[in-house]
Amino acid sequence: MNAPAAINRRSFLAASLVAGVAISFDATIAFAEEAAVLNAFIRIGPDDIVTIGSKNPEIGQGIRTMLPMLIAEELDVDWAKVRIEQLDANDKLYGPQSAGGSRSTPVNWLPMRRVGAGARAMVLTAAAQSWGVDVASLTTAKGRVLHAHSGRSAPYSAFAKAAATVPAPDLETVALKSPDTFHIIGTSVVGVDTPGITRGQPLYGIDTVLPDMLYAAIEICPVFGGSLESVDDAAVRAIKGVLAVVPVNSGVSLPAGQIDAVAIIADSWWTANKARAKLKPNWSTAAQTTHSTAGYEKAAAVILANGAPQIDLRRTGDADAALASAAHVVTAAYDYPFLAHAALEPQNCTALYKDGKLEFWAPSQSPANGRRQVAVLMDIAPEDITIHLTRIGGGFGRRLLNDYMAQAGQIAKAVPGRPVKLIYTRADDIRHDFYRPAGWHKLSCGLDKDGAIVALKDHFVTFGTGGKPVRAAEMEPSEFPGQMVPNVHYGMTTMPTFMPTGWLRAPTSNAMAFVFQSFLDEVAEAAGLDLPELMRRTLGEGRMVAGKENAPPFNTARARAIVDKVCSMAGWNPGRPAGKTGEGRGFGFYFSHAGYFAEVVDVSVVDGATIRVDRAFVAGDVGAHVINPVNALHQAQGSVIDGMAQAIAGQKIELVDGAVAQENFNDYPLLRIDSAPPTIVVEFLKSDFPPTGMGEPALPPVIPALGNAIYAATGQRLRSLPLKLAATAV
Amino acid sequence: MAISVTVNGEKRTLDADPDKPMLWVLREDLNLVGTKFGCGAGLCGACTVLLDGQAVRSCQTPLGEAAGHKITTIEHVGTTPVGRKLQAAWIEHDVPQCGYCQAGQIMSAASLLMQTPKPATEEIEGAMSGNICRCACYLRIRAAIHTAAGAPAGSAKEAAA
Repeated sequence: MNAPAAINRRSFLAASLVAGVAISFDATIAFAEEAAVLNAFIRIGPDDIVTIGSKNPEIGQGIRTMLPMLIAEELDVDWAKVRIEQLDANDKLYGPQSAGGSRSTPVNWLPMRRVGAGARAMVLTAAAQSWGVDVASLTTAKGRVLHAHSGRSAPYSAFAKAAATVPAPDLETVALKSPDTFHIIGTSVVGVDTPGITRGQPLYGIDTVLPDMLYAAIEICPVFGGSLESVDDAAVRAIKGVLAVVPVNSGVSLPAGQIDAVAIIADSWWTANKARAKLKPNWSTAAQTTHSTAGYEKAAAVILANGAPQIDLRRTGDADAALASAAHVVTAAYDYPFLAHAALEPQNCTALYKDGKLEFWAPSQSPANGRRQVAVLMDIAPEDITIHLTRIGGGFGRRLLNDYMAQAGQIAKAVPGRPVKLIYTRADDIRHDFYRPAGWHKLSCGLDKDGAIVALKDHFVTFGTGGKPVRAAEMEPSEFPGQMVPNVHYGMTTMPTFMPTGWLRAPTSNAMAFVFQSFLDEVAEAAGLDLPELMRRTLGEGRMVAGKENAPPFNTARARAIVDKVCSMAGWNPGRPAGKTGEGRGFGFYFSHAGYFAEVVDVSVVDGATIRVDRAFVAGDVGAHVINPVNALHQAQGSVIDGMAQAIAGQKIELVDGAVAQENFNDYPLLRIDSAPPTIVVEFLKSDFPPTGMGEPALPPVIPALGNAIYAATGQRLRSLPLKLAATAV
Repeated sequence: MAISVTVNGEKRTLDADPDKPMLWVLREDLNLVGTKFGCGAGLCGACTVLLDGQAVRSCQTPLGEAAGHKITTIEHVGTTPVGRKLQAAWIEHDVPQCGYCQAGQIMSAASLLMQTPKPATEEIEGAMSGNICRCACYLRIRAAIHTAAGAPAGSAKEAAA
């Protein structure tokens, strides 16, 4: 390979690529949020096939299709001639490579387009030199260079080799297309892996097969925070096919600092897993077995009954005085449970330890963090760790944490030179998750005689130490409608826990939307309004207000437009419904991950006990462009059903004697096809803002919309997730 | 102990424990990893294969019980007319999100269409309710099965063949 030029923004030829001519960049781009070095990768073959590297983990959000669409658009090639390759984890070369926070769209919208535009400019320069014409006289269309004056045209492949030697343009100033000429962005593109998925191709981490590969099953300390005292593995080692028994510790992820486990390595996973029955680990768990979710619930009730919040999150005006003089006061308590992620592909990871270096085949949403964690735990230089990214059978935030990588690395070290595939059972996966934290809220709202909100209080009980919440257990001071109300007191109290917590799709928002949009429906009723109207009045004039920390501001005009949009889509009848007929309609709004979403859900109560969702309407504003509309539709529809599962399928993780009680889909249910609504109507409002992500923001509003619909249908105000109708329902 | 089972039209003789579930025989011994491990308890349907044309959960089907029978997996279902139509419909509707459950979904749908060439929506839901899709592609699964069932040019005849 020719060495890249020492300075940035010079092209180099990757001659080691046999299939064609490579054009790549070595350019520094300062991202809006984070400085990173980008090196994107385009290959143009002699057969005019354009191979585009896709850099981010694919968890079902459609990124493996979407990022290459951005490159292909500005490169101006025919999508039918594009082939996709998954790039390895290397953020120094490719820029940030994570799947979290619905960040991939806003972070990559410009950089990926610039990669394509830069390559197109290089092809044009080479074509101008070859034809002896002014580069400004050339245009492109579908992978061909056109010279209108002479009528000449030729495919990119004719200039690709020369283009690879052209100095790359400054990617920060390279000309980008006018959106009215987009022919890929904004068109529906089928997922690049869809055909392979229908044929059972080995795409996922768990499908990794390597020569001489071994398998590992793992027995993790069932009690969070417990440690391994000793292990009697004699009976396991005597089993035919078992090669080794290895204590491992995935560390650095728990407040307590350790997750002790014992792995069994065998020539078959089935053998290794069966052998767990004969393993005799001695765990030290005395300090942790006193913890239970029943105990947490009691403790939270005591805190809310007796105490002032431990710390203030937001204090504006004088909420207590305003409540005392309010014309109406509404009070309510809401709570929600711990949740598991339950991705369908159980946690797994394959690793090879050889000559002091590690190679991973990792279904990780955050491979850079996995690299750091393994490097620290195993004292290996980060550059001696190679990470191949696989397709991932569901992320939902679980795979932002990389315990399986830490475990697989240590397991592989026990059998140097042979790859080992670690696979969790379903029970391992559910019992050793990083859970969406449970939370409790005690709310009061004061209305004046005209029905306007004049005071709002929330005491939030969560998990943490000394007022500092554990991961994903926080509440934002900007929680709506705190910024719209003159007298506000949001306070928080933390309780200790050993439970590992983490981000679940639309983290914190999936819980806060339920609490605040359900409570606001109660407030609206007290004000004699429906919730959309209370939202309009509370949002007020169109303006920008500060949003969550490190997040875009909240635009009340976009919020209001999306409230109106969903009401128009659903044919919302203003006012509150008259009777409780067993059928009801509910509304919910939420702003998260830079996306504005309002949703309406229609429910029926069947046989007095079962909640059936008849239809749902989703209105979303994610900016000026919906890059891949068919995928955006699927993300929104999937989010609605995911939220329905949290609300009405009975999902609840319970801790008993320090360990999780649930183990499989019988006691941790997901929604099935016979509970999915017949229709979920989705429409987008295009606004004049850069496009943002679709993986998460459609989820939060459906949960309160569903609860509010149940109230409209039955008169039962359900304030505890999962929602459960009393037996006396309509 | 040597056990013979016909997998994707080929007779395979294995020296394996008769208690070993077909799921792991397929994935470990026959390198057919298209059939997926989801729950190990017959609750999610990700491991669905056809046993003599009927959908079964391979995680609950020991090798010893499959002996002498014909197993069809996702890698081979495209050789049947029903399988081909389902694969085409799955692509037309872009059914998958993460896609992990889809092998099981397609195998359950194949079993349904082989027995009920023109299923009503209720029949689709009945046949498919054992297959979980965590990403919730259910609206498209319903639509794709209807599309596959409604494919022109004598689909009913082919499906019955």
